[in-house]
Amino acid sequence: MKKSTMWTIARWAILIVVLLAIYLPLILIMVYSFSGARSAGDTFGEFTFSQYANLFEDKKLLTATKNTIVVGVVSALIATLLGTTAAVGIHYMRRRWQTAVDTASQITVVNAEIVTAMGFFLLMLFLRDTVKLPVNFGLGWLIVAHTVITTPYVILTVSPRLKQLNPNLLEASMDLGAGAIRSLITVLLPQLAGAMVSGFALAFTLSLDDFVVTNINGTGVDTISTIVYDGLRNKLNPDIRALSTIIFVLVLGVLIVGNIIKNKRLQNEARKK
Amino acid sequence: MAANDKTNDFEKIIELKNVSKSFDGKAVVKDLSLSIRRGQFVTLLGPSGCGKTTLLRMIAGFETPTSGEIYIGGVPMSSIPPYKRPVNTVFQKYALFPHLNVFKNIAFGLKLKRIADPTKPAKERYVTKQTVVDGKVRRERVKVSVEATRKLTKSEIADKVNRALKLVGLEDYGHRDVNSLSGGQQQRVAIARALVCEPKVLLLDEPLGALDLKMRKEMQIELKKMHEELGITFIFVTHDQEEALTMSDVVVVMNDGIIQQVAQPKKIYDEPQNAFVADFIGESNILTGIMEKDYTIRFLGKTLACVDKGFEKNERVDVIIRPEDIGISAGPGQGHFDGEVLTVVFKGTYYEMEVKAGDYEFTVQNQVEFQKGAAVSLTIAPDSIHIMKKLITINKFVGYVYDEETICFAEGDWEIPAQGFEKGDEVVVQIPFNAVELTDDEEDGVIGARVAQSVYKGTYYQVQVITDTYEDFYVDTADEWDMDDRVGIKIDPAKVLVDAYVAPEETADEEK
Repeated sequence: MKKSTMWTIARWAILIVVLLAIYLPLILIMVYSFSGARSAGDTFGEFTFSQYANLFEDKKLLTATKNTIVVGVVSALIATLLGTTAAVGIHYMRRRWQTAVDTASQITVVNAEIVTAMGFFLLMLFLRDTVKLPVNFGLGWLIVAHTVITTPYVILTVSPRLKQLNPNLLEASMDLGAGAIRSLITVLLPQLAGAMVSGFALAFTLSLDDFVVTNINGTGVDTISTIVYDGLRNKLNPDIRALSTIIFVLVLGVLIVGNIIKNKRLQNEARKK
Repeated sequence: MAANDKTNDFEKIIELKNVSKSFDGKAVVKDLSLSIRRGQFVTLLGPSGCGKTTLLRMIAGFETPTSGEIYIGGVPMSSIPPYKRPVNTVFQKYALFPHLNVFKNIAFGLKLKRIADPTKPAKERYVTKQTVVDGKVRRERVKVSVEATRKLTKSEIADKVNRALKLVGLEDYGHRDVNSLSGGQQQRVAIARALVCEPKVLLLDEPLGALDLKMRKEMQIELKKMHEELGITFIFVTHDQEEALTMSDVVVVMNDGIIQQVAQPKKIYDEPQNAFVADFIGESNILTGIMEKDYTIRFLGKTLACVDKGFEKNERVDVIIRPEDIGISAGPGQGHFDGEVLTVVFKGTYYEMEVKAGDYEFTVQNQVEFQKGAAVSLTIAPDSIHIMKKLITINKFVGYVYDEETICFAEGDWEIPAQGFEKGDEVVVQIPFNAVELTDDEEDGVIGARVAQSVYKGTYYQVQVITDTYEDFYVDTADEWDMDDRVGIKIDPAKVLVDAYVAPEETADEEK
């Protein structure tokens, strides 16, 4: 065998192994979502949609789905607002402070999530039992926690767009007679709209995905992630396989649509140039 | 006479009084004063980092002076934000609003503008008036009558925008997306967007810097034409000396945060105030000479007549001679300096020759070509010799004695003998330019510094370096040093003068 052919085969082999490692678990879940077997890996048995049908009758699951969407949408909206404002603030800061604040805002991104989760847990205990504020764990606290976790990601999404902008844009607006707030809304915001949508999507996905913080701080409030976790651990609820499949397909759908929109926009821009 | 003064005051559309600006402790504009007359085309010219853009941004209101005051139309601007100033800016990178089309970009300022509305009665309003009486601030509420204002109507805006588009030659471009325009067209939109607001002063920050040469020449002519048609004041920032000379009524040459010269273009070229201006504007031969007496200058071993006077006897001065002012003829003994042609380059309408005479290499421009290696003679007419005061003739520092062998100044411990002084004595150290040595490796010097400027003086380079604590050293050296290079500084202790430090009188520095 020629050496080059050998390398080509090796390259493909590695690629297939890596892709299999990534997608095999997902494929397994998807396949078994159509099986009545008690747990994935058992004999497949007969093909059925019953898990999917069950999903829509499970009250607990429906509430969890509602909770997930409420927490996700509300926290992502607030995070987008806060993150964009913060990114703009950091961008127009004096260089010396800029680096410091930028770094400070990104530390929670690299911090271990379990530490953040414990932090929120202890903070609530402190507020409730020591400061004696009338607050408690629950949906509201989850929204606060998710907002805090996702805001840095919005900053990360919006900042690069700001760096691409013409450095004199805001000045040009003020020069033409618009005050600072008006300049921000009529000139800067339209440039950031795309990045803000991406930031919102990212924040929502992260919130949807979060288990560690939610499990510790949501006492009594179930979300899809906590339900899935319970369902798997107790090997009790085969419906989870159907739910996971739906989530995966939805996310895949959003990703594909997002990419199509992005490509269209890039093509449009290229045509203009 | 008094009436005359009054009109002159009125003519000053912009006045800068002792304006300084520092960023993080670094002075960028230093105690600068300047008056600009209504309707003039004024260019701020200088190398990058000279403070010209900062100055423009302070006039526009994007930066606040660290000290000093800016007046526009006689009104102090310190508390007036950019959006209330009667000026508009054209930015180097256009800064058009990408989400608006050409028409909406130009209409942006007009939509915000309010004009007097004589159809409505004046309103009465209470404002707080501040007066200072006997050093005490007194505030009182005063009733004032405020003219009624209104926004411009849609059709008024459309009229003005279309007129502005016509002015910049983009009549049919209103509906176009600004991202689809070429650089030159974008720049025209930016100019229209600023002019449509009818500012008292138009500020242009290197507006042609991003355009190619042909486009730049076209825009130069058009800008000049617009200035003549509109009659408003233009302040134009550029580092391109040719652009400055061809376009302006007045050129302000800046370097290092300080105005070097303010004059008409021709005067800047013919009578540069100092070696920096001469070197920056056009090509020059810059030599060091000695002013023997009034109208007599000695350089390169010859004594020549000149038209300058008022220098001290035997003062070291800069001698500046433009390459086109030097007469050249064949054979030795004809003129003032005999030399040999080293290089010849044809420049389209004339020949540029390097001629070595003594240890100086003259740059000479002439219609007549002399062959390389030819023996020639150079003649310099008295009125072609421009004499300038040397800005600084010696490096001077105040320091203190550390021990018998060491003096501390400019953040360095220098090995200079300090006989006759006590430890801790304050001293003045004077170091001739030729006693300073620059080293390639920063580590080899006593302290490190950055090369700020390098001016060729014919036989040597005069280099200015700035230390990390912003102290200047001037160095005469045979080598050329690149701008912004890091170098080390060493000193030859044998050539250094050390004197006791005497604190200056309170008023000694007032004049300067």
